[in-house]
Order: sequence, then structure tokens, then C-alpha cells
Amino acid sequence: MTIGENFPAKTPEGPIEHKWTSYKNKIDLVNPANKRLIDIIVIGTGLAGASAAASLAELGYNIKAFCFQDSPRRAHSIAAQGGINASKNYMGDGDSDYRLFYDTVKGGDYRAREENVYRLAEVSGNIIDQCVAQGVPFARDYGGLLDNRSFGGVLVSRTFYAKGQTGQQLLLGAYSAMNRQIARGKIKMYNRHEMMDLVLIDGKARGIIAKNLITGELERHSAHAVVIASGGYGNVFYLSTNAMGSNVSAAWKIHKKGAWFANPCFTQIHPTCIPVSGDHQSKLTLMSESLRNDGRIWVPAKQEHVKDIRSGKLKPTEIIESDRDYFLERRYPAFGNLVPRDVASRAAKERCDAGFGVNATGEAVYLDFASAIIRYGKEKALVTHQDANNEALVLELGKEIISTKYGNLFQMYEKIVDQNPYETPMMIYPAVHYTMGGVWVDYDLMTTIPGCYAIGEANFSEHGANRLGASALMQGLADGYFVLPYTIGNYLAKDIRTGTISTDLPEFDAAEEGVQEQIESLINNKGSKPVDYFHKKLGKVMWDKVGMSRNGKDLKNAVEEIQAIRAEFYKEVKVPGDLHGFNEELAKAGRVADFLELGELFAKDALFREESCGGHFREEHQTPEGEAKRDKAFQYVAAWEHNGSPKDAKLHKEMLNYKYIEVKERSYK
Amino acid sequence: MNLKLKIWRQKNSTAKGKIVDYYINEISSDMSFLEMLDVLNADLIKKGEEPVSFDHDCREGICGSCSLHINGRPHGPDGGITTCQLHMRKFKDGDSIVIEPFRSKAFPIVKDLIIDRSSFDRVQHAGAFVSVNTSGNTQDANATPINKVDADHAFDAAACIGCGACVAACKNASAMLFVSAKVSQYALLPQGQVERKKRVTDMVSQMDEEGFGACTNTGACEIECPKGISVTNIARMNREFIESNLK
Repeated sequence: MTIGENFPAKTPEGPIEHKWTSYKNKIDLVNPANKRLIDIIVIGTGLAGASAAASLAELGYNIKAFCFQDSPRRAHSIAAQGGINASKNYMGDGDSDYRLFYDTVKGGDYRAREENVYRLAEVSGNIIDQCVAQGVPFARDYGGLLDNRSFGGVLVSRTFYAKGQTGQQLLLGAYSAMNRQIARGKIKMYNRHEMMDLVLIDGKARGIIAKNLITGELERHSAHAVVIASGGYGNVFYLSTNAMGSNVSAAWKIHKKGAWFANPCFTQIHPTCIPVSGDHQSKLTLMSESLRNDGRIWVPAKQEHVKDIRSGKLKPTEIIESDRDYFLERRYPAFGNLVPRDVASRAAKERCDAGFGVNATGEAVYLDFASAIIRYGKEKALVTHQDANNEALVLELGKEIISTKYGNLFQMYEKIVDQNPYETPMMIYPAVHYTMGGVWVDYDLMTTIPGCYAIGEANFSEHGANRLGASALMQGLADGYFVLPYTIGNYLAKDIRTGTISTDLPEFDAAEEGVQEQIESLINNKGSKPVDYFHKKLGKVMWDKVGMSRNGKDLKNAVEEIQAIRAEFYKEVKVPGDLHGFNEELAKAGRVADFLELGELFAKDALFREESCGGHFREEHQTPEGEAKRDKAFQYVAAWEHNGSPKDAKLHKEMLNYKYIEVKERSYK
Repeated sequence: MNLKLKIWRQKNSTAKGKIVDYYINEISSDMSFLEMLDVLNADLIKKGEEPVSFDHDCREGICGSCSLHINGRPHGPDGGITTCQLHMRKFKDGDSIVIEPFRSKAFPIVKDLIIDRSSFDRVQHAGAFVSVNTSGNTQDANATPINKVDADHAFDAAACIGCGACVAACKNASAMLFVSAKVSQYALLPQGQVERKKRVTDMVSQMDEEGFGACTNTGACEIECPKGISVTNIARMNREFIESNLK
């Protein structure tokens, strides 16, 4: 097989609801005795990586799992708050696999591959069954059954949750499944290890060069297949809700070895994050979208009130209803505060750009729980036969309910901002949160490199140009628990006679030398500026010119500016310490070097895509009301092939044909 | 504000460590504690010195990476938070701040303020799971209703982030709060019943093997736990342990 042979995606034949079943019936299987002869490397232990490692080990393969954190349990999936979607229809509100499929494709603004999304919807229910069987403590009602809530962009309640810590509970579930396999010796876990490069033998992925972050030593690891589950690249913006260590490096290294990178410009800017407080800011904190179920988003309707709010003369609670602009409810009456994330973010930016932002920097809007507190309080008073007209009592009861729903989020907000959100509205502003783009994969989740797979946020496949809330956890676990364990067997069936891959092969020598050279040049560079200086500079260009709204002129400038920052980085970067032992600055330098390349491809992709869709908003392409204007000519996946440098990357188009969904104007009005 | 920092520096796991003094100026009260350390490190790099190594990742109180002992308290002078959620508004201009790694035999120092908590992972390998395959061929999630009170208690126990503050707070460096939280989560849920007895025995035995101390019920762990895990879990684990040895 040559690189790119599986492009386009090789999706199975037949009606969409039977494709996955018929695929599973026809693939090659590996018998249990032969699975013991096959090694698989998994990079990353978030929801996708941990679930894949555990499931593949259970099947009998020998797994080597890698994470840069000190324990697999700390991967950033742990921070996902709101919930996980599944088409269980436990609420009886008309949900089905088709509806979840439909909502996801529509929410992604018709830029996702139909077949992959349908499969995702199909296995979603099973994820919940699986997690409950593992002892994941989802929220329940008083009858003992699972509770659901509603999330942005949909009209049903299909989101399962565990307070505001759903990602944590799901990841600990997957981690527990891994632990069981680690104890059996089927997973060998490498904590505090970073993948530095992919090793190809005869064009196939056959191993990696890893760095032990404690000793600084480089290690060679071989396998019959390599799975990249290293997450997204939101940290290219420097400030994002990603963890400090989240990086693109594993995905970028395989891109440079031949894996195409798809739709890099599709980035999700999440509407409800805590606003930036100053230059020292190291990261941004998300407030779960679930808050939009009960919180109402507004800014003052009058400019003079904005001025008084900023100077501290006026409190938000003193502004009467008629002087408030609930701009989402005004612009989108059907979905109101529950419009999809891209729409909510742009609407907040529009108000702030118009001068109605409510904090000192002018970049914040209110998220107000006052009416929800009263609504819940009254209901509780009635149910418990107390006086529903007693205002103090209603407030007290209402706050209790809000606290059980969102207590940890309110506490988190108060610790950071030093304001009590039970008494005064929260201030929020959009921040980079998730990247829909990623490594291009076919229906099997295999990249354009044979034997190299990408799963979870690291790939591009299910969310199109915008991801709906509570769908990331669903995709990560679907890929790892239920999709990859089948599809990878179809490839590995040909490898049962290969035997162990030697790490003494010249391909390993060459890859290790390349890595050694790069880290030596970084550490020996006689520059004067720390790594963060370049990362911040890159982030500012990305946010200002490749952020929530983009235009041709700025994007062209961004490409040039990023090239210049990259050149300056290699001249001026200063990395302290030495090659041996723990050296966080050195690890950071390698990651930022990759971001500086990805950033350029990202801007180039955004420049090339002359339309607005989902999270990608081109100012030149909007309706008179300021809504995104899609263009049929761009109904494709832009898959970039590395060709020496980002500026020479070669575009391949995977055309998207919608046979089961009518492509319509995406309206939430 | 201007501050004096007294920080534990140690080159690697075998080197001898010591407290080193640093002075840092113009710190904003809106900064997080770790952002203050970022400023210090930027200064050190500029001066050609090695930055202070510390563990951190999500910086929103959930990954459990950060692990500093600040002025004698795990995660510093505020309740119910991790170090990354500690803000400089809790300090005053002119303060001296002592910053050490979490101290326990079972958490050896890797470098400076970074410790090795793999002992926690090994305790989990010993039995912190339900032996169910991830094939998806399980019963429907709603087939077994679970009493909401039990489900909520199981969640409260499962909220542990594995940071190790309980061990650091304990004068005996006991891991009872950590281990009991996991044992409790499964003991409270129907899914955990089959392996209930074996789990508690195996996990406790691994805990002892790792060198954690015994529990003398001082309750310091509960006070310092960023997630408010209750010592009730320790009582439950003791009960589970005794029962598992009765038959």
C-alpha cells in the first residue's frame, strides 16, 4: 500500500443504518492466539487513548501506552465538565440514532462525513451501558434511573452527566479498565514519556522514538500499529482552556511523516469561559455549557450603564429588566441561550465589539442565574408545602437547587474571580476550547500512513466545522471502546506472521538521530528569550487574526507573521538546563516549535476556505444579518499533505456528499 | 506586592536538597499561585539560572497534578482547592512563603517540587476496577436502578483527584482517605459487589506495601482534601476490611 491509497475514506456500501453492521460482518479477524503476537502503541491516555488501550488489551493484543503526565488519569479529558450525549431516548422526547446523527451533522454545519457520524450515533447508547457497568456514578433521579439534561444546539435532553465532572468520571472509568489490564500485564504503561517521532518501515508505522521526561533519555519502541490519541491543538492560541501540557506534537510528527492534516482552521471557541484578567494569564477556565440551561446571557442595553458598570458606580443587579439586552434570546428566539457554541460566541463578540462589554477590558458579558434561582425556589417551596410567596425562602431554596446542579462550577468561579455568582451575575467571554480539525482518517480511523491510526480529538472526523456540547466525550469513547478495536483488526490480520519488530533497524537509528539533533540544537541555541515569549507572540497573532472572525487580508498577514516568529524562535530561543534529567523548558520548546508550524498551516487553511461555516467565520462571507454564509463549492474536507514546509503543503479534497440529510441553511432562530 | 520565597531545590531523586531564598516583586493579587511561579521562572531563565520544576497541567483544579506544600499546608492557605486554584490575594505584601514538595516516603522526590506518585497508581492496579470487559455487551444502563442517596455518595467518593494532599497532610503519611474513597465508590454501587471483599483486601495490602503510614483518625486529610472527601469513607473501608476477613 502506498501513502494516500485509502483516500477518500473507503466507507462501506449499503443503507447508512446498516453500514457499520455489514462492515463488521465482513472484516478480517485475528484469532486470539495470534493477537498475543501483536504489539500496539497508544499515544495519550485521555478518553480515546485509555479506552482504546484497555479494549485492545482485553482483546489480547500487547499494548504499550504512553502519556506525558505522571499518571494516565491526569489526561485533559479529566477536565470535561458538562456531559456525554447518547441517543437512549430515556426521556421519551423523540430522540433516536437518526436524530443524534442529524443534530451532529447539522451542528457541524455540514462539514462532517455522514457515515462516521451515523456510526457514532449508533454506538452512543452502548457507551452509557458500558460506563455504568464500570461503576461510573452518573447523576440519577429519585427513582434510581439515569438523569439527562439538555445542551446547546439540540431540542431533546440526551446528555448524561456526573455533576460538572463528567469527563473526570468517564476518564476514571477508562483508567480503571486500563488498571485491570496493567495488573494483568497486558498494558505496559509509560508515564512521563513523550512521543518524539514516528518510525516508518516499508512505509508502515512500526514504532516510535519516545523521550523519558525524567531521565531525558531517548527510547525506541516498536509495534505493528501506532495509535495517536494525543488530543487537540487549541494551545496554538497560547491561551485556551486546554491543559498547559496539551500539544500537537504527536499529531504533527506523523503529519510530517506522511499523515494528512484535515481542516486545521476548524476550531471551537467556547462561549462560556472566565474572562482574561491580565498579562500574567497562563490559561483560561471554562464554565460548562450546561450553565446555559439555567443562566441567561445579557449585556446592558444602554451605553451609559456600561460606562457606570466598568467604573464600578453601578452594579449589574441594579439594572432593571427593560434596560438589559438578552441578546441570544433576542436574536435566536427558538433556541435562545441554547444556540450552538459558535453562534453564541460570535454573538457575544458582536456585543463587545459594539462597546457593550461589562468588564475593564470590555471583553465580557453576563451569565445570570437570578431568574433560575427564583423559578427553582418557587417550585421547591410548592413541592415541600412551604410559602412560595416568601421571597427570602424562595431565594434560599433556589440557591440550594442551583448549588446541587452547579456547585463545583460556582465554587471554581468564585475562587478565580473573587465574586459570588449566587449574588451577582457571572462574567464570561469566549475562549479557545476544542479543535474539530486534526489528522485525516478514513472510515477505519486510519491515517494516510498504513498502520497509523488517529482517534478522539486528534482526528478530524465527526464534528465538521463545529462540535456540539457533550459530543467530544462521546466520540473519544466511541472511537476507543467500540470502533478502533474492530477496524484495527482488519489491518493487523495481515501481520500475524510478521513477528516482533526489531528496534535495531536502520529506520530506528535515523529517527533517533533526527530527534537527538533537534533537541541538541534547541538546548545549544544561544538565544536570549524564553520559550513562552514565542508561544505568547504566536498566540496573539492566532487570536487577533485567525480567531473568532477572520478575513483574507489579516490571514495573509498572519501567515507571514507566523513565519517570522518561527525564524526568530530558532535564532533567539533560550532553553535552560541540559539534555539529561527533567527539563520542562526543553519539552515546551519542542512543542512550541511544532505549534509554530501548525499555526501557519492553520492560517493557510482558513485563508483557502473562502466561506463561513461553523466555527470558521470569514467576514467576507456573511448574510446581511451577520450570520455565517456557507458555500456549496467548499463542501469538502481540506486534507493537507506535508511537503517540506507548511507553505508548500498540498491540498487534497474529500468531497462530502449528503445522501441521508438535506443540506439546509443552519437556522436557530 | 513584593514577596520572599523559600523554595526546596533538589537536582534529582538522589541529590541532596536545600531551601533557597528568592525575592519577587510586583506580583498582582489576581494572579494564581502558579502564575506567580511562572513569573519567578521567567526571571530565573533570564538570569541564566535553572527554573524551579513543579507539576501542573490543567490549572483548573481537576487533574490533580499540582502538589505544593505551601507554608506548611498541602495546596496552601485556603480550603477546598488545589494549588493552581490558590490566588495571590490570599497573601500580603512582604510575606515570606515557604514552598516544599509533598512529603512522604511513598512519594519520592523527582526534582525540586516534583514528586513520584506512582504508588497511587499501583494501589489502583491492585483492584480499583470492576472486572467487566469493554465489549459493550453489558445490560442496559437503566436495568438496575440505583438509590439516589447511594449514587450520590458514590459520586462524592469518586470525586477524588488523586493529588496526594491527604498523604501530605497526615502526620503518618497515611493514604487511607485516598484508598477508602475508591473502595467506597465501588462498595456503594451494585456493580462493585461481586469483587467487594477481594478488592478491599488487595488494595489495603498494596497500600501497606507501598510504605504509607497507618491511620490514627486525626482527620487532617479531610481538612486538606481539595474535593472534600469525607473521613466517613475511612470508617466504611475499615468496616469493609473487617467484614472481608470474617469469613
